[in-house]
Amino acid sequence: MSLVVDSVSKKFARFPALNGASFSAPQGAFVSLLGPSGSGKTTLLRILGGLEVADSGTVRFADLNWLGMPARTRNAGFVFQQYALFKHMTVADNIAFGLKVRPRDKRPAKDEINKRVTDLLQLVQLPGLEGRYPSQLSGGQRQRVALARALAIEPRMLLLDEPFGALDAKVRKELRVDLRRIHDHTGVTTVFVTHDQEEAFAVADLVAVMKDGRIEQYGAPADVRRNPKTAFVSEFLGA
Amino acid sequence: MSKRVTKPTEDPLWLKLTLGAVALAFVAVVLVLPLVLVFKEALAGGVDAFFNAMTEPDTLASVKLSLLAAAIAVPLNTVFGIAAAWAIAKFDFRGKTFLVTLIDLPFSVSPVVAGLVYVLIFGNHGWFGSTLADHDIRILFALPGIVLATIFVTFPFVARELIPLMVDQGRDEEEAAATLGASGFRTFLMVTLPNIKWGLLYGILLCNARALGEFGAVSVLSGKIRGETNTMPLHIQLLYDNYDYVGAFAVAALLAMLGLLTLAIKSFLEWRYADELAASHRH
Repeated sequence: MSLVVDSVSKKFARFPALNGASFSAPQGAFVSLLGPSGSGKTTLLRILGGLEVADSGTVRFADLNWLGMPARTRNAGFVFQQYALFKHMTVADNIAFGLKVRPRDKRPAKDEINKRVTDLLQLVQLPGLEGRYPSQLSGGQRQRVALARALAIEPRMLLLDEPFGALDAKVRKELRVDLRRIHDHTGVTTVFVTHDQEEAFAVADLVAVMKDGRIEQYGAPADVRRNPKTAFVSEFLGA
Repeated sequence: MSKRVTKPTEDPLWLKLTLGAVALAFVAVVLVLPLVLVFKEALAGGVDAFFNAMTEPDTLASVKLSLLAAAIAVPLNTVFGIAAAWAIAKFDFRGKTFLVTLIDLPFSVSPVVAGLVYVLIFGNHGWFGSTLADHDIRILFALPGIVLATIFVTFPFVARELIPLMVDQGRDEEEAAATLGASGFRTFLMVTLPNIKWGLLYGILLCNARALGEFGAVSVLSGKIRGETNTMPLHIQLLYDNYDYVGAFAVAALLAMLGLLTLAIKSFLEWRYADELAASHRH
Protein backbone atom coordinates (compact mmCIF):
# COMPACT_ATOMS: atom_id res chain seq x y z
CA MET A 1 0.00 0.00 0.00
CA SER A 2 2.51 2.59 -1.09
CA LEU A 3 3.34 4.84 -3.99
CA VAL A 4 6.10 3.54 -6.28
CA VAL A 5 7.10 5.68 -9.25
CA ASP A 6 9.48 3.76 -11.51
CA SER A 7 11.52 5.38 -14.34
CA VAL A 8 8.73 7.53 -15.72
CA SER A 9 9.67 9.35 -18.94
CA LYS A 10 7.80 11.81 -21.08
CA LYS A 11 8.87 13.65 -24.19
CA PHE A 12 7.09 16.71 -25.51
CA ALA A 13 7.33 17.73 -29.15
CA ARG A 14 10.86 19.11 -28.90
CA PHE A 15 12.34 18.45 -25.48
CA PRO A 16 12.26 15.64 -22.94
CA ALA A 17 10.25 16.72 -19.90
CA LEU A 18 10.89 13.63 -17.79
CA ASN A 19 13.92 11.43 -18.04
CA GLY A 20 13.30 8.33 -15.97
CA ALA A 21 12.03 9.78 -12.70
CA SER A 22 11.74 7.28 -9.82
CA PHE A 23 10.80 7.56 -6.17
CA SER A 24 8.66 5.75 -3.65
CA ALA A 25 6.74 6.88 -0.61
CA PRO A 26 4.67 5.14 2.06
CA GLN A 27 0.91 5.45 2.10
CA GLY A 28 -0.14 8.72 3.71
CA ALA A 29 3.17 10.49 3.09
CA PHE A 30 3.49 14.14 2.15
CA VAL A 31 5.98 14.43 -0.73
CA SER A 32 7.29 17.69 -2.21
CA LEU A 33 8.61 17.82 -5.75
CA LEU A 34 11.06 20.71 -5.70
CA GLY A 35 13.00 22.14 -8.60
CA PRO A 36 13.53 25.08 -10.95
CA SER A 37 11.08 25.66 -13.80
CA GLY A 38 11.57 23.16 -16.60
CA SER A 39 12.78 20.44 -14.22
CA GLY A 40 9.74 18.27 -14.99
CA LYS A 41 8.02 18.45 -11.61
CA THR A 42 4.67 19.61 -12.96
CA THR A 43 4.79 17.03 -15.75
CA LEU A 44 5.36 14.27 -13.20
CA LEU A 45 2.46 15.53 -11.10
CA ARG A 46 0.15 15.72 -14.13
CA ILE A 47 1.11 12.16 -15.05
CA LEU A 48 0.19 11.06 -11.52
CA GLY A 49 -3.15 12.86 -11.95
CA GLY A 50 -3.83 11.31 -15.34
CA LEU A 51 -3.73 14.67 -17.13
CA GLU A 52 -0.66 13.68 -19.16
CA VAL A 53 0.28 10.27 -20.49
CA ALA A 54 3.77 8.95 -19.77
CA ASP A 55 5.81 7.55 -22.69
CA SER A 56 7.35 4.85 -20.49
CA GLY A 57 7.72 3.81 -16.87
CA THR A 58 5.24 2.55 -14.31
CA VAL A 59 3.50 3.80 -11.22
CA ARG A 60 2.02 1.47 -8.64
CA PHE A 61 -0.18 2.89 -5.95
CA ALA A 62 -2.27 0.96 -3.44
CA ASP A 63 -1.59 -2.17 -5.53
CA LEU A 64 -3.08 -0.58 -8.62
CA ASN A 65 -1.48 -0.17 -12.04
CA TRP A 66 -1.95 3.56 -11.62
CA LEU A 67 -0.93 4.69 -15.13
CA GLY A 68 -3.29 2.17 -16.70
CA MET A 69 -6.31 3.96 -15.23
CA PRO A 70 -7.97 7.04 -16.77
CA ALA A 71 -7.96 10.26 -14.70
CA ARG A 72 -11.68 9.86 -14.07
CA THR A 73 -11.36 6.60 -12.15
CA ARG A 74 -8.14 7.34 -10.23
CA ASN A 75 -9.99 9.38 -7.65
CA ALA A 76 -7.00 11.68 -7.25
CA GLY A 77 -7.85 15.21 -6.10
CA PHE A 78 -5.96 17.82 -8.11
CA VAL A 79 -5.37 21.43 -7.08
CA PHE A 80 -4.26 23.82 -9.83
CA GLN A 81 -2.10 26.92 -9.56
CA GLN A 82 -4.82 29.05 -11.15
CA TYR A 83 -7.55 27.46 -8.98
CA ALA A 84 -9.60 26.19 -11.98
CA LEU A 85 -12.82 26.69 -10.03
CA PHE A 86 -16.04 26.45 -12.03
CA LYS A 87 -16.73 30.15 -12.51
CA HIS A 88 -20.46 29.83 -13.04
CA MET A 89 -21.06 27.69 -9.92
CA THR A 90 -21.36 28.74 -6.30
CA VAL A 91 -18.77 27.63 -3.77
CA ALA A 92 -21.12 24.89 -2.58
CA ASP A 93 -21.73 23.60 -6.12
CA ASN A 94 -18.01 23.64 -6.82
CA ILE A 95 -17.26 21.53 -3.77
CA ALA A 96 -20.18 19.17 -4.42
CA PHE A 97 -19.30 18.69 -8.12
CA GLY A 98 -17.30 15.50 -7.68
CA LEU A 99 -20.11 13.95 -5.65
CA LYS A 100 -22.91 15.05 -7.96
CA VAL A 101 -21.31 13.56 -11.07
CA ARG A 102 -21.07 10.10 -9.53
CA PRO A 103 -23.29 7.39 -10.96
CA ARG A 104 -26.65 7.25 -9.21
CA ASP A 105 -25.88 4.21 -7.06
CA LYS A 106 -22.70 5.76 -5.66
CA ARG A 107 -24.04 9.29 -5.28
CA PRO A 108 -24.67 10.43 -1.71
CA ALA A 109 -28.12 11.81 -0.84
CA LYS A 110 -28.67 15.57 -1.10
CA ASP A 111 -28.59 16.15 2.67
CA GLU A 112 -25.41 14.19 2.94
CA ILE A 113 -23.78 16.23 0.16
CA ASN A 114 -24.84 19.46 1.86
CA LYS A 115 -23.43 18.27 5.15
CA ARG A 116 -20.16 17.29 3.47
CA VAL A 117 -19.91 20.76 1.91
CA THR A 118 -20.47 22.44 5.29
CA ASP A 119 -17.89 20.21 6.97
CA LEU A 120 -15.31 20.82 4.25
CA LEU A 121 -15.78 24.58 4.39
CA GLN A 122 -15.21 24.29 8.13
CA LEU A 123 -12.05 22.26 7.48
CA VAL A 124 -10.60 24.87 5.09
CA GLN A 125 -11.76 27.63 7.43
CA LEU A 126 -14.29 29.31 5.17
CA PRO A 127 -17.53 28.56 7.00
CA GLY A 128 -20.68 30.18 5.62
CA LEU A 129 -19.39 30.98 2.12
CA GLU A 130 -21.54 28.34 0.38
CA GLY A 131 -23.50 30.84 -1.73
CA ARG A 132 -20.61 32.95 -3.02
CA TYR A 133 -19.26 32.78 -6.56
CA PRO A 134 -15.51 32.34 -7.18
CA SER A 135 -15.28 35.90 -8.57
CA GLN A 136 -16.37 37.20 -5.15
CA LEU A 137 -13.47 35.53 -3.32
CA SER A 138 -9.84 36.50 -2.77
CA GLY A 139 -7.05 34.36 -4.23
CA GLY A 140 -6.37 32.62 -0.94
CA GLN A 141 -10.07 31.89 -0.42
CA ARG A 142 -10.35 30.47 -3.94
CA GLN A 143 -7.49 28.08 -3.34
CA ARG A 144 -9.11 26.96 -0.08
CA VAL A 145 -12.31 26.22 -2.01
CA ALA A 146 -10.31 24.34 -4.65
CA LEU A 147 -8.73 22.29 -1.87
CA ALA A 148 -12.14 21.53 -0.37
CA ARG A 149 -13.41 20.49 -3.81
CA ALA A 150 -10.48 18.10 -4.26
CA LEU A 151 -11.04 16.64 -0.77
CA ALA A 152 -14.79 16.22 -1.27
CA ILE A 153 -14.33 13.07 -3.35
CA GLU A 154 -12.35 11.49 -0.48
CA PRO A 155 -9.37 11.15 -2.81
CA ARG A 156 -6.92 8.28 -2.75
CA MET A 157 -4.18 10.80 -3.50
CA LEU A 158 -4.00 14.59 -3.32
CA LEU A 159 -1.97 16.37 -6.00
CA LEU A 160 -1.12 20.06 -5.77
CA ASP A 161 0.52 21.98 -8.63
CA GLU A 162 2.21 25.10 -7.22
CA PRO A 163 -1.02 25.78 -5.36
CA PHE A 164 0.23 28.91 -3.63
CA GLY A 165 2.26 30.28 -6.54
CA ALA A 166 -0.19 33.08 -7.31
CA LEU A 167 -0.57 34.25 -3.71
CA ASP A 168 1.35 36.77 -1.62
CA ALA A 169 3.89 35.68 0.99
CA LYS A 170 1.68 36.08 4.05
CA VAL A 171 -1.24 34.10 2.58
CA ARG A 172 1.18 31.43 1.32
CA LYS A 173 2.44 30.82 4.81
CA GLU A 174 -1.04 30.59 6.34
CA LEU A 175 -2.19 28.21 3.64
CA ARG A 176 0.76 25.87 3.89
CA VAL A 177 0.29 25.56 7.64
CA ASP A 178 -3.38 24.77 7.03
CA LEU A 179 -2.51 22.30 4.27
CA ARG A 180 -0.24 20.37 6.60
CA ARG A 181 -2.91 20.42 9.33
CA ILE A 182 -5.50 19.10 6.84
CA HIS A 183 -3.08 16.43 5.63
CA ASP A 184 -2.52 15.22 9.19
CA HIS A 185 -6.30 15.21 9.70
CA THR A 186 -7.19 13.27 6.52
CA GLY A 187 -4.04 11.18 6.12
CA VAL A 188 -4.29 11.22 2.34
CA THR A 189 -1.09 10.58 0.35
CA THR A 190 -0.09 14.00 -0.94
CA VAL A 191 2.28 15.13 -3.70
CA PHE A 192 3.03 18.83 -3.75
CA VAL A 193 4.87 20.69 -6.50
CA THR A 194 6.75 23.89 -5.73
CA HIS A 195 9.84 25.83 -6.77
CA ASP A 196 10.05 27.44 -3.33
CA GLN A 197 12.47 25.38 -1.20
CA GLU A 198 11.41 26.99 2.08
CA GLU A 199 7.85 25.89 1.36
CA ALA A 200 8.91 22.39 0.32
CA PHE A 201 11.02 21.80 3.41
CA ALA A 202 8.50 23.32 5.81
CA VAL A 203 5.53 21.23 4.72
CA ALA A 204 6.73 17.82 3.49
CA ASP A 205 7.86 14.51 5.01
CA LEU A 206 9.92 13.74 1.92
CA VAL A 207 11.48 16.08 -0.62
CA ALA A 208 12.47 15.18 -4.18
CA VAL A 209 14.82 17.74 -5.73
CA MET A 210 14.41 17.62 -9.52
CA LYS A 211 16.59 18.73 -12.40
CA ASP A 212 16.26 18.11 -16.15
CA GLY A 213 13.50 15.53 -15.77
CA ARG A 214 15.35 13.47 -13.15
CA ILE A 215 15.25 13.27 -9.41
CA GLU A 216 18.64 14.50 -8.19
CA GLN A 217 18.11 13.72 -4.55
CA TYR A 218 15.28 12.28 -2.51
CA GLY A 219 14.89 12.05 1.24
CA ALA A 220 13.68 13.63 4.44
CA PRO A 221 14.04 17.44 4.43
CA ALA A 222 16.68 17.45 7.17
CA ASP A 223 18.84 14.83 5.38
CA VAL A 224 18.67 16.58 2.04
CA ARG A 225 19.59 19.86 3.62
CA ARG A 226 22.44 18.40 5.66
CA ASN A 227 23.95 16.20 2.92
CA PRO A 228 23.34 17.59 -0.56
CA LYS A 229 24.48 14.78 -2.84
CA THR A 230 25.29 16.77 -5.97
CA ALA A 231 26.65 20.18 -6.78
CA PHE A 232 23.29 21.13 -8.27
CA VAL A 233 21.37 20.32 -5.07
CA SER A 234 23.78 22.20 -2.86
CA GLU A 235 23.74 25.19 -5.18
CA PHE A 236 19.96 25.13 -5.55
CA LEU A 237 19.44 24.92 -1.79
CA GLY A 238 22.08 27.53 -1.13
CA ALA A 239 20.51 30.05 -3.46
CA MET B 1 -1.71 85.22 -21.14
CA SER B 2 -2.19 81.76 -19.63
CA LYS B 3 -2.76 78.72 -21.76
CA ARG B 4 -5.13 76.02 -20.49
CA VAL B 5 -3.22 72.90 -19.60
CA THR B 6 -4.65 69.81 -21.27
CA LYS B 7 -4.20 66.15 -20.52
CA PRO B 8 -1.47 64.50 -22.59
CA THR B 9 -4.01 62.24 -24.29
CA GLU B 10 -6.50 65.01 -25.03
CA ASP B 11 -6.84 66.49 -28.53
CA PRO B 12 -7.79 70.09 -29.31
CA LEU B 13 -11.51 70.84 -29.50
CA TRP B 14 -11.60 71.56 -33.23
CA LEU B 15 -10.06 68.15 -33.96
CA LYS B 16 -12.48 66.33 -31.69
CA LEU B 17 -15.46 68.02 -33.33
CA THR B 18 -14.22 67.39 -36.87
CA LEU B 19 -13.46 63.72 -36.29
CA GLY B 20 -16.77 63.25 -34.49
CA ALA B 21 -18.70 64.90 -37.31
CA VAL B 22 -16.94 62.80 -39.96
CA ALA B 23 -17.73 59.59 -38.07
CA LEU B 24 -21.37 60.57 -37.56
CA ALA B 25 -21.81 61.59 -41.20
CA PHE B 26 -20.31 58.28 -42.33
CA VAL B 27 -22.63 56.24 -40.12
CA ALA B 28 -25.63 58.31 -41.23
CA VAL B 29 -24.93 58.01 -44.96
CA VAL B 30 -23.72 54.42 -45.08
CA LEU B 31 -25.83 52.71 -42.40
CA VAL B 32 -28.84 54.71 -41.28
CA LEU B 33 -29.96 56.41 -44.48
CA PRO B 34 -30.28 53.23 -46.60
CA LEU B 35 -32.25 51.53 -43.83
CA VAL B 36 -34.65 54.47 -43.54
CA LEU B 37 -35.05 54.60 -47.31
CA VAL B 38 -35.97 50.90 -47.46
CA PHE B 39 -38.88 51.50 -45.10
CA LYS B 40 -39.85 54.75 -46.86
CA GLU B 41 -39.99 53.02 -50.27
CA ALA B 42 -41.92 50.09 -48.81
CA LEU B 43 -44.59 52.47 -47.58
CA ALA B 44 -44.47 54.72 -50.68
CA GLY B 45 -47.76 53.35 -52.01
CA GLY B 46 -49.48 53.65 -48.65
CA VAL B 47 -50.03 51.15 -45.85
CA ASP B 48 -52.63 49.17 -47.80
CA ALA B 49 -50.31 48.60 -50.74
CA PHE B 50 -47.63 47.47 -48.30
CA PHE B 51 -49.90 44.88 -46.70
CA ASN B 52 -51.22 43.72 -50.07
CA ALA B 53 -47.68 43.16 -51.23
CA MET B 54 -46.84 41.31 -48.03
CA THR B 55 -49.81 38.95 -48.15
CA GLU B 56 -49.28 38.05 -51.80
CA PRO B 57 -49.02 34.19 -51.87
CA ASP B 58 -45.61 34.05 -53.58
CA THR B 59 -44.22 36.49 -51.05
CA LEU B 60 -45.60 34.50 -48.14
CA ALA B 61 -44.15 31.34 -49.65
CA SER B 62 -40.71 32.99 -49.86
CA VAL B 63 -40.90 34.10 -46.22
CA LYS B 64 -41.87 30.58 -45.17
CA LEU B 65 -39.08 29.01 -47.21
CA SER B 66 -36.43 31.35 -45.78
CA LEU B 67 -37.56 30.69 -42.23
CA LEU B 68 -37.63 26.94 -42.86
CA ALA B 69 -34.14 26.90 -44.39
CA ALA B 70 -32.80 28.89 -41.44
CA ALA B 71 -34.64 26.63 -38.99
CA ILE B 72 -32.78 23.63 -40.41
CA ALA B 73 -29.39 25.21 -41.14
CA VAL B 74 -28.91 27.17 -37.90
CA PRO B 75 -29.33 24.24 -35.45
CA LEU B 76 -27.08 22.07 -37.60
CA ASN B 77 -24.40 24.76 -37.74
CA THR B 78 -24.75 25.28 -34.01
CA VAL B 79 -23.92 21.62 -33.41
CA PHE B 80 -21.12 21.61 -36.02
CA GLY B 81 -19.74 24.88 -34.68
CA ILE B 82 -19.66 23.72 -31.07
CA ALA B 83 -18.06 20.41 -32.05
CA ALA B 84 -15.40 22.11 -34.17
CA ALA B 85 -14.61 24.78 -31.57
CA TRP B 86 -14.47 22.17 -28.81
CA ALA B 87 -12.06 19.97 -30.73
CA ILE B 88 -9.84 22.90 -31.68
CA ALA B 89 -9.77 24.63 -28.30
CA LYS B 90 -9.55 21.65 -25.96
CA PHE B 91 -7.46 19.08 -27.82
CA ASP B 92 -4.18 18.86 -29.71
CA PHE B 93 -4.09 16.87 -32.92
CA ARG B 94 -2.45 16.76 -36.32
CA GLY B 95 -3.98 19.03 -38.93
CA LYS B 96 -5.52 21.44 -36.42
CA THR B 97 -4.28 24.50 -38.32
CA PHE B 98 -5.70 23.05 -41.49
CA LEU B 99 -9.09 22.56 -39.83
CA VAL B 100 -9.11 26.18 -38.65
CA THR B 101 -8.35 27.32 -42.19
CA LEU B 102 -11.07 25.07 -43.53
CA ILE B 103 -13.62 26.64 -41.19
CA ASP B 104 -12.76 30.06 -42.63
CA LEU B 105 -13.21 28.83 -46.19
CA PRO B 106 -16.82 30.00 -46.55
CA PHE B 107 -15.72 33.52 -45.56
CA SER B 108 -13.09 33.66 -48.28
CA VAL B 109 -14.80 31.81 -51.11
CA SER B 110 -17.55 33.64 -52.98
CA PRO B 111 -20.96 32.08 -52.22
CA VAL B 112 -21.64 31.84 -55.96
CA VAL B 113 -18.61 29.58 -56.35
CA ALA B 114 -19.86 27.42 -53.49
CA GLY B 115 -23.23 27.15 -55.20
CA LEU B 116 -21.61 26.10 -58.47
CA VAL B 117 -19.57 23.41 -56.68
CA TYR B 118 -22.79 21.87 -55.40
CA VAL B 119 -24.18 21.96 -58.94
CA LEU B 120 -21.10 20.00 -60.04
CA ILE B 121 -21.73 17.42 -57.35
CA PHE B 122 -25.50 17.07 -57.37
CA GLY B 123 -26.47 18.43 -60.80
CA ASN B 124 -27.88 16.21 -63.57
CA HIS B 125 -24.43 15.89 -65.13
CA GLY B 126 -22.64 15.94 -61.78
CA TRP B 127 -20.98 13.16 -59.80
CA PHE B 128 -24.08 11.93 -58.03
CA GLY B 129 -26.59 13.42 -60.48
CA SER B 130 -27.72 10.22 -62.20
CA THR B 131 -27.78 8.16 -58.99
CA LEU B 132 -29.95 10.76 -57.32
CA ALA B 133 -32.22 10.97 -60.36
CA ASP B 134 -32.62 7.18 -60.35
CA HIS B 135 -33.89 7.28 -56.78
CA ASP B 136 -36.00 10.34 -57.47
CA ILE B 137 -34.15 12.46 -54.90
CA ARG B 138 -34.14 16.15 -55.66
CA ILE B 139 -31.39 18.28 -54.15
CA LEU B 140 -30.90 21.01 -56.72
CA PHE B 141 -33.79 23.40 -57.28
CA ALA B 142 -35.39 22.14 -54.06
CA LEU B 143 -35.23 22.62 -50.30
CA PRO B 144 -32.17 20.36 -49.69
CA GLY B 145 -30.06 22.45 -52.08
CA ILE B 146 -31.15 25.69 -50.44
CA VAL B 147 -30.38 24.28 -46.99
CA LEU B 148 -26.97 22.99 -48.15
CA ALA B 149 -26.06 26.38 -49.57
CA THR B 150 -27.18 28.11 -46.37
CA ILE B 151 -25.19 25.71 -44.20
CA PHE B 152 -22.06 26.25 -46.26
CA VAL B 153 -22.24 30.01 -46.13
CA THR B 154 -23.11 30.29 -42.43
CA PHE B 155 -20.82 27.55 -41.13
CA PRO B 156 -18.08 29.78 -39.68
CA PHE B 157 -20.30 32.00 -37.53
CA VAL B 158 -20.76 29.80 -34.45
CA ALA B 159 -17.29 28.22 -34.63
CA ARG B 160 -15.53 31.56 -35.18
CA GLU B 161 -17.34 33.07 -32.21
CA LEU B 162 -16.49 30.17 -29.91
CA ILE B 163 -12.88 29.29 -30.80
CA PRO B 164 -11.15 32.39 -29.34
CA LEU B 165 -13.44 32.27 -26.30
CA MET B 166 -12.73 28.61 -25.59
CA VAL B 167 -9.00 28.92 -26.27
CA ASP B 168 -8.92 31.84 -23.85
CA GLN B 169 -10.70 29.83 -21.15
CA GLY B 170 -8.12 27.06 -21.42
CA ARG B 171 -8.52 23.49 -20.26
CA ASP B 172 -8.11 23.88 -16.50
CA GLU B 173 -11.78 23.57 -15.63
CA GLU B 174 -12.23 20.52 -17.88
CA GLU B 175 -9.15 18.91 -16.34
CA ALA B 176 -10.46 19.64 -12.86
CA ALA B 177 -13.77 18.03 -13.79
CA ALA B 178 -11.99 14.92 -15.09
CA THR B 179 -9.98 14.49 -11.89
CA LEU B 180 -13.24 14.81 -9.95
CA GLY B 181 -14.61 11.84 -11.87
CA ALA B 182 -16.88 13.53 -14.45
CA SER B 183 -17.30 11.87 -17.85
CA GLY B 184 -16.50 13.79 -21.02
CA PHE B 185 -20.15 14.40 -21.85
CA ARG B 186 -21.03 15.53 -18.32
CA THR B 187 -18.03 17.84 -18.30
CA PHE B 188 -19.21 19.34 -21.55
CA LEU B 189 -22.75 19.89 -20.25
CA MET B 190 -21.89 21.10 -16.76
CA VAL B 191 -18.62 22.95 -17.29
CA THR B 192 -17.87 23.81 -20.92
CA LEU B 193 -21.34 24.78 -22.13
CA PRO B 194 -22.21 27.19 -19.28
CA ASN B 195 -18.90 28.95 -19.84
CA ILE B 196 -19.59 29.62 -23.51
CA LYS B 197 -23.33 30.24 -23.48
CA TRP B 198 -23.13 33.97 -24.25
CA GLY B 199 -20.68 33.59 -27.08
CA LEU B 200 -22.77 30.72 -28.37
CA LEU B 201 -25.95 32.76 -28.30
CA TYR B 202 -24.26 35.61 -30.13
CA GLY B 203 -22.91 33.20 -32.74
CA ILE B 204 -26.35 31.66 -33.25
CA LEU B 205 -27.98 35.08 -33.69
CA LEU B 206 -25.39 36.15 -36.28
CA CYS B 207 -25.66 32.78 -38.02
CA ASN B 208 -29.43 33.15 -38.17
CA ALA B 209 -29.29 36.70 -39.54
CA ARG B 210 -26.86 35.60 -42.23
CA ALA B 211 -28.90 32.47 -43.05
CA LEU B 212 -32.01 34.55 -43.69
CA GLY B 213 -30.10 37.01 -45.85
CA GLU B 214 -28.04 34.58 -47.94
CA PHE B 215 -28.29 35.34 -51.64
CA GLY B 216 -25.37 34.16 -53.78
CA ALA B 217 -25.09 30.43 -53.15
CA VAL B 218 -28.83 29.97 -52.79
CA SER B 219 -29.44 31.85 -56.03
CA VAL B 220 -27.34 29.28 -57.92
CA LEU B 221 -28.98 26.24 -56.31
CA SER B 222 -32.61 27.22 -55.87
CA GLY B 223 -33.71 27.50 -59.50
CA LYS B 224 -35.78 30.51 -58.44
CA ILE B 225 -39.15 28.92 -59.00
CA ARG B 226 -41.62 31.56 -57.94
CA GLY B 227 -43.67 30.53 -54.93
CA GLU B 228 -41.69 27.29 -54.57
CA THR B 229 -37.94 27.70 -54.33
CA ASN B 230 -37.61 31.45 -54.00
CA THR B 231 -36.25 32.61 -50.66
CA MET B 232 -36.82 36.14 -49.42
CA PRO B 233 -33.65 37.70 -50.87
CA LEU B 234 -34.28 35.98 -54.23
CA HIS B 235 -37.88 37.05 -54.19
CA ILE B 236 -36.85 40.66 -53.57
CA GLN B 237 -34.69 40.61 -56.66
CA LEU B 238 -37.40 39.01 -58.72
CA LEU B 239 -39.94 41.65 -57.71
CA TYR B 240 -37.41 44.40 -58.31
CA ASP B 241 -36.54 43.09 -61.77
CA ASN B 242 -40.25 43.09 -62.58
CA TYR B 243 -40.53 46.78 -61.61
CA ASP B 244 -42.70 45.90 -58.58
CA TYR B 245 -40.90 48.40 -56.36
CA VAL B 246 -43.49 48.46 -53.57
CA GLY B 247 -43.42 44.67 -53.38
CA ALA B 248 -39.62 44.49 -53.50
CA PHE B 249 -39.17 47.09 -50.79
CA ALA B 250 -41.94 45.60 -48.67
CA VAL B 251 -40.12 42.25 -48.50
CA ALA B 252 -36.81 44.08 -48.11
CA ALA B 253 -38.27 45.96 -45.15
CA LEU B 254 -39.37 42.69 -43.58
CA LEU B 255 -35.91 41.19 -44.08
CA ALA B 256 -34.30 44.29 -42.61
CA MET B 257 -36.67 44.07 -39.65
CA LEU B 258 -35.67 40.49 -38.96
CA GLY B 259 -32.06 41.65 -38.92
CA LEU B 260 -32.86 44.53 -36.57
CA LEU B 261 -34.84 42.17 -34.37
CA THR B 262 -31.75 39.96 -34.08
CA LEU B 263 -29.68 42.93 -32.93
CA ALA B 264 -32.43 44.02 -30.53
CA ILE B 265 -32.57 40.56 -28.92
CA LYS B 266 -28.81 40.56 -28.56
CA SER B 267 -28.76 44.02 -26.96
CA PHE B 268 -31.64 43.12 -24.66
CA LEU B 269 -29.89 39.95 -23.45
CA GLU B 270 -26.64 41.84 -22.93
CA TRP B 271 -28.47 44.44 -20.85
CA ARG B 272 -30.57 41.93 -18.93
CA TYR B 273 -27.64 39.68 -18.01
CA ALA B 274 -24.91 42.33 -17.77
CA ASP B 275 -23.90 41.23 -14.26
CA GLU B 276 -23.48 37.61 -15.21
CA LEU B 277 -21.54 38.58 -18.34
CA ALA B 278 -19.17 40.72 -16.31
CA ALA B 279 -18.75 37.96 -13.72
CA SER B 280 -17.83 35.37 -16.32
CA HIS B 281 -15.10 37.62 -17.70
CA ARG B 282 -13.51 38.21 -14.31
CA HIS B 283 -11.24 35.55 -12.96
